[in-house]
Amino acid sequence: MIYLTLFYSFFLIGLFAIGGGAATIPFLFDLIRKYHWFTASDLTNMIAVSEATPGPLGVNMATFAGFETAGILGGITATFGLVLPSVIIVVTICKFINKFACDEALHRLLKPVQPAVVALILNAAFKIATIGIKDLLTFGVFCFILLFMRYYKAGSIFYIVLSGVIGFALKL
Amino acid sequence: MKVFTDLFFSFLKVGLFTFGGGYAMLPILKDEVVIKRKWITEDELLNYFSIGQCTPGIIAINVATFCGYKLKKTIGAVIATLAIILPSLVIIMLAASVLKEVMHHPVALHILGGVRIGVTALLLKVVAEMGYRIYKDSQCKILTSIIFILAAFSLLFWHVSALIIVLYALAFGIADLFKGRLVK
Repeated sequence: MIYLTLFYSFFLIGLFAIGGGAATIPFLFDLIRKYHWFTASDLTNMIAVSEATPGPLGVNMATFAGFETAGILGGITATFGLVLPSVIIVVTICKFINKFACDEALHRLLKPVQPAVVALILNAAFKIATIGIKDLLTFGVFCFILLFMRYYKAGSIFYIVLSGVIGFALKL
Repeated sequence: MKVFTDLFFSFLKVGLFTFGGGYAMLPILKDEVVIKRKWITEDELLNYFSIGQCTPGIIAINVATFCGYKLKKTIGAVIATLAIILPSLVIIMLAASVLKEVMHHPVALHILGGVRIGVTALLLKVVAEMGYRIYKDSQCKILTSIIFILAAFSLLFWHVSALIIVLYALAFGIADLFKGRLVK
């Protein structure tokens, strides 16, 4: 039953992807290894589309991955799975526990996870780099975009469009 | 009843007009729920953002659930959450269908070839910003660095899954909870 597996997988992601949208990406790479629902190249496209369309990054990624795996119902299932842990945790905190005491405890419990998440996202960036950067030309484009980011601050969409235009112009 | 429709449309708007993740969402959330609706204070929102950086789940969803709950308990939480994910569901599925149609066109392939490089750069930017902020804010920089290096090495050499890495890091958090700050 693919929907059950989807729901369960994204529920776990919602529970353990600590630190926001980009933290879900390493977990999506693990899904590729485990289930082969989509390819690493598909995942790269998903990130690009999710960054360039409205909506929280993590939610967009879940919808896209679920849709890619099992159509419209798959997209809905994955997204519901992703947000359910948030809803349960926040409602539980508000309902039963002294909010500030609990925030403090959660904070201390989850603080050590943050540096690990940075390593996870870095690892995902390397995986995506091996898909996109194949020769001297693509490496040059990569350096150019990094330099551009350093000296011209803009939103994610700007860089996605810029890299798309460069890709089109250079026939990458 | 009006509160429910207000909640729904406010968070629909937030879902429709935010791009990316994390702090990129702060301005629109502030406009909508703090300034316009006055459902929560700016302090509460900022507090939620800083906590959101290290709690499970998507930050925007956590804020939506929190606001919804504050106004109308569990039903409010569910309505606000549904509203914020609705635009994603519709737009992403449309975009995915279009992408599937055009993907094998040579022009699309060139564009995607470029976009892949851009995504790599964007992720590195996220890593740099997150890493800097976490390192700067951490009370024990040595422990923070050790956890990062351990995680990076296990990913590089043993292909450990993300879940295992997070669980190991959580062990440090549990130790911290029981023992007080791990290293003074």
